[in-house]
Amino acid sequence: MNFIEVKSLTKTFGNVTALKNINLKFEGNKIYGLLGRNGAGKTTLLNIINNRIFPDSGEVLIDGVTAFENDYAQRNVYLMSEKNYYPLTMKVNNVFKWTNEFYPLFDMDYAKELTAKFGLNPAKKVKELSTGYNSIFKIIIALSVNTPYILLDEPVLGLDANHRAIFYKTLIENYNANPKTIIISTHLIDEVANVLEDIIIINQGEILKNESCEQLLTQGYTVTGSTTTINSFIADKNTIGYDTLGGLKTAYIYGSVDKSELPTGVEISKLDLQRLFIQLTNS
Amino acid sequence: MNFEDERPIFAQIAEEIENGILSGAFPEDSQIPSTTEISVRYKINPATVLKGMNLLVDSNIIYKKRGIGMFVAQDAKSKLMQKRKDQFYENFIVRVIDEANKLRLPKEEVQYMLERGFNR
Repeated sequence: MNFIEVKSLTKTFGNVTALKNINLKFEGNKIYGLLGRNGAGKTTLLNIINNRIFPDSGEVLIDGVTAFENDYAQRNVYLMSEKNYYPLTMKVNNVFKWTNEFYPLFDMDYAKELTAKFGLNPAKKVKELSTGYNSIFKIIIALSVNTPYILLDEPVLGLDANHRAIFYKTLIENYNANPKTIIISTHLIDEVANVLEDIIIINQGEILKNESCEQLLTQGYTVTGSTTTINSFIADKNTIGYDTLGGLKTAYIYGSVDKSELPTGVEISKLDLQRLFIQLTNS
Repeated sequence: MNFEDERPIFAQIAEEIENGILSGAFPEDSQIPSTTEISVRYKINPATVLKGMNLLVDSNIIYKKRGIGMFVAQDAKSKLMQKRKDQFYENFIVRVIDEANKLRLPKEEVQYMLERGFNR
């Protein structure tokens, strides 16, 4: 039973409902993208899975057993979060040693290798790290703990383009060598799209989409043409948004389009993941 | 690899390997890069790469040696050549004519342009 199962999860903060009756299953050895706008509920979901906060109702099972107040189950999960939970005055290499105590499979040699690869100074104190290096420091721990589930909440926050490229490459290398379930929550959708196998889009506390990246991408289209032509063409289609430019209209369609029924003068193109995400979550 | 391309990534992977075979970079009976190598090189999910590879296995362009890797089939190059020729009409000629019609270019002018292209 290698999966994380989220059942009927609801969480409110005061009068804000962060998660509304969420049901999900994260299968073993897959890379998931958890996408959502700011405040959509991504971090709340990850925090509940990792037992950092409690839900109002519902449950999370890790390999079939409850995730709540269960150290045995949580030993299989590592959450890299945006918030820093490490002692600020501790040096990076000491945090590695300390992490090793909690995660016996922590690979110290690999952590050192990645430290050199990213150019992180291991003698620095946690509080001395820049935003980018703070993320890198946490990425290194997440990739070195060797748990079957790693949850990465905004892993590339503050990373420059070169470091992000190293991160994606390292992630794929790590996944190839030691397959595991990786859940990535990020706003840089374009960059990560090819790394992801399945996509979960969460919007205002609810699951909007949960399917393979490839499947999702086959369903997003834009059609552009004169406003009257486009209006009649999209009448029976699931239109998720549109733009106009003078008499020219671009409509965003979710669903399948039969290219042979396309009226003359209408240009069709596919939506990439980021543009599709924007249209689906525009409110 | 051109990720601006609208086709699914796995289809682009398959085509990229085909291009390698057609150009002679991957000769017949030679081993092609592994799923891992390709996925790391292009930062693509290995499941996607595998899907592209399987397309080529299914059409007998490459074959699997268990425990070793993927190899280029004996007649892969001639097969691919034939396949690309078959696609040439659909992928290029039809599109040229569609675009010409859109621009109201008469047939004679298109034929003249083709001639000019050959005489470059």
